[in-house]
Amino acid sequence: MAALSSLAWLIDGLLVVGLLWLAWRALSCRDLFTAIVLFIAFGLLMALAWVRLEAPDIALAEAAIGAGLTGALLLAALARLQSADADEVITERGAGRWWSTSPLPWLAVSAIAVGMGYVVMSLPAAAPGLSHEVATHLAASGVGNPVTAVLLNFRGYDTLLELMVLLLALLGVWSLGGMPLHIDTHPSPVLDTLSRQLLPVLILVAAYLLWAGADAPGGAFQAGAVLGAAGVLLLLAGWRLRTGLTRLPLRLALIVGPVTFVIVAAVTLLVEGQLLAFPTEHAGLLILIVETAAMLSIGATLAALFMGGHPDNQQVHR
Amino acid sequence: MTPSDYLTACLLIVGAVFFLAGTLGLLRFPDVYTRLHALTKADNVGLGLMIAGLAVQATSWAVLGKLLLIWVLVLLAGASVAQLIARGALHRGVRWWRR
Repeated sequence: MAALSSLAWLIDGLLVVGLLWLAWRALSCRDLFTAIVLFIAFGLLMALAWVRLEAPDIALAEAAIGAGLTGALLLAALARLQSADADEVITERGAGRWWSTSPLPWLAVSAIAVGMGYVVMSLPAAAPGLSHEVATHLAASGVGNPVTAVLLNFRGYDTLLELMVLLLALLGVWSLGGMPLHIDTHPSPVLDTLSRQLLPVLILVAAYLLWAGADAPGGAFQAGAVLGAAGVLLLLAGWRLRTGLTRLPLRLALIVGPVTFVIVAAVTLLVEGQLLAFPTEHAGLLILIVETAAMLSIGATLAALFMGGHPDNQQVHR
Repeated sequence: MTPSDYLTACLLIVGAVFFLAGTLGLLRFPDVYTRLHALTKADNVGLGLMIAGLAVQATSWAVLGKLLLIWVLVLLAGASVAQLIARGALHRGVRWWRR
């Protein structure tokens, strides 16, 4: 057992060193493309760190959203910075080394670091947390996975607000203008075949993650991220929404999650007298309905974020 | 340790050797095309051996199916992405290595 635990220490140590090194390299390297690749690698190692901390739910979310989709969004943003109509090609950060810049940001960052260190140090050594409370009331939540129980039942309004934040982010992107036009005139046949092969698998995986989320790691955000990845893959392979679909159908897909959540919240407020207080006998079904709608909206929103602009205006750039 | 444990250990170690060889190629080969060749081919075999090693320990058909699915998906993604990166490099005019 001693050899096994020292091996675990070795792996954890490598993870910590690797994470710190990747974070520093991603922040300090001048070339933006390299920085994004380092950030994606950082996300993958972070997912491994969450696995080592026995938090597979967060590991899944980190791998799918933190490394995968955020990386794709950053690469798309970089491609837009480099697009032909930009005045100058931006691939590097502004000149000047970090030590020659104004000391003010460094003072601010150091103050935050000291403050956070103080807070962590002043925490009680053994914090009981709320896991006992969750375990006691898990039977009443309608699901068997404590993470899903907290996200959708005990603290449902947090998740509702997260969906709203995602929608607001998309509105922000849409307000920036039309879709950048980078249609590949020669879409690779390999990418085309890959997207056709993977799409059914991705939909199946999303459905599985959603269903498994009731009793195992998984849930609406992970499933939605997989759907969003399917959308990104289709967009990369040159697929585009028909103009008829970009108006009402796309908007319906974007809001079905938040709207379903709000309706459920309103009904529970009227019937039970409390916001998102699910009656125990219907909790499982209600959570499944809310999660399915949320998954569709999260997937559509993430794919729409990757499109990078208002889909109605895509002719403007043509 | 049972015989199946020894089999698992052997397969995992041989798989790790393939991963090591692929990573060595990624670091040491002269251009993007040869690096891709080393990385994707060796890693696909290495992962296959590791999956085989873990499949020996599988307690149910569902676990076996999931393990095989992981391998097939990585094969598909690895082969396609290697081709896409090589194609992108070729389009950008990255010259291939000559002795």
